[in-house]
Amino acid sequence: MHTRGQWLALAVVAALGLVVVPGLNAVPADSPLHLPNFLIPLFGKFLCFAIVALAMDLIWGYTGILSLGHGVFFALGGYAMGMYLMRSIGTEGVYASELPDFMVFLDWKELPWFWRGFDHFGFATFMALAVPGALAYVFGWFAFRSRIKGVYFAIITQAMTFAMMLLFFRNNTGFGGNNGLTDFKRILGFSLQEPSTRLGLYIATGIALLGTYLLCRFIIRSKLGRVLAAIRDEEGRVLFTGYDTLQHKLFVWTVSAVLCGLAGALYVPQVGIINPSEMVPSHSIEMAIWVAVGGRGTLIGAILGALLVNGAKSWFTVAAPETWLYVLGFLFIVVTLFLPGGIVSLWQRVRAPSTGNTNDTPAAQRSQP
Amino acid sequence: MKHVGRLAFSIAIALLFSAPIASADFESAFRGLGSSSRTSILESIEHLGELNDPRGLGALDALLDKRLRVDDAGRLFIVSEAGDSFVDALTGQPAEPDPESLRTPRINNRVRRALKPVIAQLRLRSPDPEVRLAAAETLRRRPSENAAALIRSVLEDETDGDVRDALVVSLAQIDLAGDDPTQRLAAIETLGRLGDRNLRTQLEAVLTTGPTGSPLEADGEVRAAAKEALARIDRVSFFIDLAGNFFYGLSLASILLLAALGLAITFGLMGVINMAHGEMLMVGAYTTYVTLGLFETHLPGLIDGYILAAIPAAFVVCGFLGMLMERGVIRFLYGRPLETLLATWGISLILIQTVRLVFGAQNVEVANPAWLSGGYEIFRGLVLPWSRIFIVIFAGLTVSAVWFVLQRTPLGLHVRAVTQNREMAANLGIATSRVDMWTFGLGSGIAGLGGVALSQIGNVGPELGQSYIVDSFMVVVLGGVGKLAGTVVAALGLGVVNKFLEPVSGAVLGKIFVLIFLILFIQRRPQGIFALKGRAAEI
Repeated sequence: MHTRGQWLALAVVAALGLVVVPGLNAVPADSPLHLPNFLIPLFGKFLCFAIVALAMDLIWGYTGILSLGHGVFFALGGYAMGMYLMRSIGTEGVYASELPDFMVFLDWKELPWFWRGFDHFGFATFMALAVPGALAYVFGWFAFRSRIKGVYFAIITQAMTFAMMLLFFRNNTGFGGNNGLTDFKRILGFSLQEPSTRLGLYIATGIALLGTYLLCRFIIRSKLGRVLAAIRDEEGRVLFTGYDTLQHKLFVWTVSAVLCGLAGALYVPQVGIINPSEMVPSHSIEMAIWVAVGGRGTLIGAILGALLVNGAKSWFTVAAPETWLYVLGFLFIVVTLFLPGGIVSLWQRVRAPSTGNTNDTPAAQRSQP
Repeated sequence: MKHVGRLAFSIAIALLFSAPIASADFESAFRGLGSSSRTSILESIEHLGELNDPRGLGALDALLDKRLRVDDAGRLFIVSEAGDSFVDALTGQPAEPDPESLRTPRINNRVRRALKPVIAQLRLRSPDPEVRLAAAETLRRRPSENAAALIRSVLEDETDGDVRDALVVSLAQIDLAGDDPTQRLAAIETLGRLGDRNLRTQLEAVLTTGPTGSPLEADGEVRAAAKEALARIDRVSFFIDLAGNFFYGLSLASILLLAALGLAITFGLMGVINMAHGEMLMVGAYTTYVTLGLFETHLPGLIDGYILAAIPAAFVVCGFLGMLMERGVIRFLYGRPLETLLATWGISLILIQTVRLVFGAQNVEVANPAWLSGGYEIFRGLVLPWSRIFIVIFAGLTVSAVWFVLQRTPLGLHVRAVTQNREMAANLGIATSRVDMWTFGLGSGIAGLGGVALSQIGNVGPELGQSYIVDSFMVVVLGGVGKLAGTVVAALGLGVVNKFLEPVSGAVLGKIFVLIFLILFIQRRPQGIFALKGRAAEI
């Protein structure tokens, strides 16, 4: 259980994230404390990744199922939002047509049926959550029903990712082929070029992250969460005790995909493009390392890992682009070999042996299936 | 046809006996080649083609090569390739014209186009079958009406099968364009019989309809024959396609097999997920590239043998790298497959970046040795590239070698023992840890061999391995973990199915279908085609 102190800490961190960043942005430009405009979408992007990391942690850290397909759910959410943004360009595209530019380019005469309704923000948002959720539900139902787990599950989710990427790379699939969707102009009538819109998106992402954190926290503290942890540690025994592990896994798997879709939908207006390269299998694997670096089996670790790894990535790809893959590669190796509990476990080692906090114990300290 | 032959024969006789008249005619046409006007050069070429006199060949060749010279008197000379000596174009005797007075007749593409069939036509009388074949091929691509009579007469005593085929096709094309209905029907029959898909256009032209919808071809019999011949060509090309698809499927299967075989050992036998397996393929391919470079600088005489040196080199390099990985990282992660997956992914990133820094991010080209370039034509229209044939054979040999190692050597015995029951094997005195290392080295070395094969058929770049990793996992999982035979069957099945789906649905959709099928299949039978029976089946 969180103590009152921990709640207070959470409130302080949330307030810092949501108030200090806009505040520093508002400081006059000549002040050393000024936060330049271009950093706002970058921070917003990090927060989106933190949501993904929470989703990943829910399924991997707490339930023990490693997914290499979360990049697809993320991209699907992004595509749904991208479709809305494409439609809201209106006739201001290069070809000044009612249709998105790439359709004019492909000489399509009318909107394909699956683009209908994406003129409405509400519908697009719903689809950004529903499509990843539905795909995850169907895929998960097949996979968990035949008790596929461990590395097998990882491999077939990777195959799914690969297949989806190939599908979206085709021009005829109807999502802009390898260029994807881009050149967005406005969201809900607000220009995407305006710093204020970007700040608004950042704050929305921050609130979404907070909501996701609270939801995940609620799930893992409920009885359901205990069953999930039990599934992670000894699935056979849970099954024999009379729990329907299929339903439990399916539920958390679908929730995780929906959260990824949410993150994707928030991500696209901030970076201004969505294309099939978001679906390359390596992105999905990278998501796992965010969680592993921070500390899987802890929500705070997942968020911390996502922010740290992506912050490092942003810094290295600018300062020393050749070294980034080395850094990432060694992160994968070092964390799995020497720090299975992630950064959070360092803190816990310092405090150890502390009170019997059961749920937040890093999963890696137990045996994995 | 007999009638045609007789006609050709009489033309030939007539040519022989009219020699004195023709000779004067020939000489004037011949001198025309040196004309300063392109139009008269063109006319002379055509005239020489009609006269069919082999004496003109040298000058025509020289004209095409820009080695023909003409002096002020209009006499023609051919300059040697080195440009220092001359021969008389008509007699072939050495000559010493005044270099000051020489001029080069100027030609353009129109002249060149006219030259080629005439030269080919004259060359058909060459004693060398290679020259005749080349000439016949040229005539087949550019049929000229003048050549018809000549081809007929040449066909009388041509013995070489390939030359005959080419001549028959060009003759049929000329005849089809002619007026004689019997000749045209015979020509259509010939085209249909040969079943060459490249000849479709000529036959389709017969069947085209005008703007009113009425056929342009008036002769109903010719139309019917053309339709029949087209159907025949289509039947033949269907079987050629089938055979071609099958062969290319087999070659794709061999590639998949080479890529997956190493994985079948490390994943199948040891239960280790090696995400860096694709990079082992890549390292193998780069080893081939380096070997080629070493041969180029140090052993240029043996350059064609570089691949024979690359095979052991790639095996050793990748095997060593694999053992290093096993000792350095993987052995600490046994029993934690998900962590192994992540750690080996990290290794793969490091390998990719290292190769990028050493060799550059661009693809490098690994040239095939001379004996692997080109192909073998099993029948008209289907050429099997030697490099693909090599891969099929190479895959077969590799599988046999792996089977031999696993089934007939002490190492194989130990590997199988450790796979079946690690504790028991250890109790019986097998150094399980060392066996792990050797097994991993073996699997990685085989991936290196796959890399050698891949370097022969495509680009070699740092990301080479990434494109194969998903496929190789699919093969191993479909085949059933721990089963070599399953891996072979799965690779064959996937390769052939992929190639047969490609023309139906396009390459990308075909691949997507295969992946979806695999995902569904694995859900139905998680243990693959060749499932282990009993308790061992629980993963």
